Amino acid sequence: MVSPTTLAPVVFWRNQRFRLALYQAVALLLVIGVGAYFLSNVVANLNERSIRTGFGFLGREAGFRIGESVIPYNASDSYGRAYVVGVLNTLRVSLLGIVCATLVGVLVGMARLSSNWLVVRLASLYVETVRNVPLLLQLFFWYTIITGMLPPVSQAMQLLPSVYLSKSGLMFLSPVPHAGHPYMAVAFVIGCGLAWGYRGRARRRQEATGQVPKLLLPSLGLILGPPLLAWLVSGAPTAMDVPVFTRFSFRGGSSITPEFLSLLAGLVLYTAAFIAENVRGGIQAVPHGQSEAAAALGLRRSTALRLVILPQALRIVIPPTTSQYLNLMKNSSLAVAIGYPDLVSVANTSLNQSGQAIECISIMMGVYLTISLSISAVMNVYDRHVALVER
Amino acid sequence: MAETAPVRVRLGAVAWLRANLFNSWFNTILTLLALFLLARVLPSLLDWGLVHAVWWAADPDVCKEASGACWAMIHEKHRLILFGRYPYEEHWRPLLGLVLLVGMIGVSCNHNAWGLRLAEAWAVALAAWLVLMWGGVAGLTFVPNNLWGGLPLTLILTVIGLAVAFPLSIFLALGRRSRMPVIRILCRVYIELIRGVPLISLLFMASFMLPLFLPAGVGIDEVLRAQAAIILFSAAYLAEAVRGGLQAIPRGQYEAAHALGLSYWQARRKIILPQAITVAIPAIVNIFIGLFKDTSLVAIVSLTDLLLAMRQAIADPLWRRFFIEGYVFIAVIYFIVCFFMSKYSQYLETQFRSEQQH
Repeated sequence: MVSPTTLAPVVFWRNQRFRLALYQAVALLLVIGVGAYFLSNVVANLNERSIRTGFGFLGREAGFRIGESVIPYNASDSYGRAYVVGVLNTLRVSLLGIVCATLVGVLVGMARLSSNWLVVRLASLYVETVRNVPLLLQLFFWYTIITGMLPPVSQAMQLLPSVYLSKSGLMFLSPVPHAGHPYMAVAFVIGCGLAWGYRGRARRRQEATGQVPKLLLPSLGLILGPPLLAWLVSGAPTAMDVPVFTRFSFRGGSSITPEFLSLLAGLVLYTAAFIAENVRGGIQAVPHGQSEAAAALGLRRSTALRLVILPQALRIVIPPTTSQYLNLMKNSSLAVAIGYPDLVSVANTSLNQSGQAIECISIMMGVYLTISLSISAVMNVYDRHVALVER
Repeated sequence: MAETAPVRVRLGAVAWLRANLFNSWFNTILTLLALFLLARVLPSLLDWGLVHAVWWAADPDVCKEASGACWAMIHEKHRLILFGRYPYEEHWRPLLGLVLLVGMIGVSCNHNAWGLRLAEAWAVALAAWLVLMWGGVAGLTFVPNNLWGGLPLTLILTVIGLAVAFPLSIFLALGRRSRMPVIRILCRVYIELIRGVPLISLLFMASFMLPLFLPAGVGIDEVLRAQAAIILFSAAYLAEAVRGGLQAIPRGQYEAAHALGLSYWQARRKIILPQAITVAIPAIVNIFIGLFKDTSLVAIVSLTDLLLAMRQAIADPLWRRFFIEGYVFIAVIYFIVCFFMSKYSQYLETQFRSEQQH
């Protein structure tokens, strides 16, 4: 900065600070002005059409049915409850999609790095094809395949014993609800806690004594043991609800609708291709010297991968993969095109029924924004946690 | 620096197979598994797509008899798929527009031609394209927006979207790094808001809420509304890509520009942005590809883009059963465009890298 005493005094409109303040004031006024103009138009338009604003309609009866729901819902429930159903459906498909897409993506990413020529070619073919075709097209494709080419429910394909696939979706067996199940869930959580504690102890012992304690089997036992014990204590319930074909349809068991199935298939296959590219890029970005150095230290290949390569690769892989997770969550909004009752679909129906366009769209955007911002906040914390600590 | 090409070792066929397919027991299993899979899928796929396919037939019954694909459906419906509801006799106009666009893209592929001249040429070409589509002058009949459809609509939404969103995104990216807190916060809020919601919600907003925002009596048609949503959406994503480029510029460049006495805008235009955008090109092209694919979402708000035009074409009860052929046809169109763009971006990257080294 030039010290002002050595120069002639500046006229105030040439003063840097004055100018910066002026620009900002103008920008702010502009935004407020445009906003106020829109708002006045909205008020005038709504008065003219005699639409009442406000979120009061959320308490009114929705009057439309929703195809599938995690919580009990029927047409006489309120708009508010319909929205909750929509949000839960969005979260359900997103969470399941993220888990499956990660598994498929990591597998395909590794396949692209394989030394097997054929496997590399097949994986690249998959990635290039899926990445370069719009997701909506793929969703329509899967949906038409499932509802148009699979056999009708009376001739359902049997994939596994008691697992059937037909144009009405996937039917499969599930355990009959039992009083012992909640205890098993609690025991599982406790088991995970125990395993975590054991891992910490094992690490401290290794640091103190240099011995490498066994980790895999004890932790597996700690995680799976308590639920198994709870199962045995509660009388070892083995009753299964098996789908049985009676006359026109399947009775019993659990089912997945064709809409959910095609949405999940589309989202997983599409996102997995992007995740595969992230995984490949991340592993390739770890300098070759690292694996050579690990080998020179006498680490086995698997140990080197676990302790040297993967921690460095993950640091590169995780940020873009998080944004793929966010994309998957946002892309689940395409569900509206194939009739899966997600948030957008519910918002669209209630918009058409109640006429409360502004409220319905604001709720929809608000929910997506909340989910996105909270995932990115969590990921930022994680990023800081794994960030390279430089000297 | 003179580089010597690496010595290439030529392997015999058997040695190649051993090195690339059967070099360990695990790889051998993988290879056999993959071969088994291919043997199961490939013959029936070829059978369906080529051997038993029907290529020319005006009568859907011929296709019904055959066990293979019915490419005759594409032949029958290709004009409906490609041009949507655009008046049939006027199809030469969107076609000419497509030729013009492909020509412009061809010229622009040579990155040495980039510059103000090319930008002006693009402006003229885009205007000519729109005039061709709309008509109403020089004896061309007027075709309103709501009749536009198919591939031209998809391309117009993409190209106009990019042409408007790109300059906007540069201002947003500069604003996000501004030293004026109000401007910085405004830009940041805009970018985060848009990136936090799906494009669908913006399209819904544009088609249901935008009419309420405007004074009574002022209406804008559906194509423009969707175009506005696409511009607002892609500007936020492009801004983040450009910001990434700006962050990659060493501080010394800013300081040197300042030391030369360049003003803020002079420094941005002459020194910072050319470098930042070069760095950001791969990210920008990825967004271009994403945007081209995302324009298919306008089908949900009932604009007859390539996807919806195809779905309308296969809604014909006579040809309905051949929907897979229809999906494959437009998937190939999307694939060609996207694949070309991603390969071109890789080419550019290597070009710029080698230019920097010399």
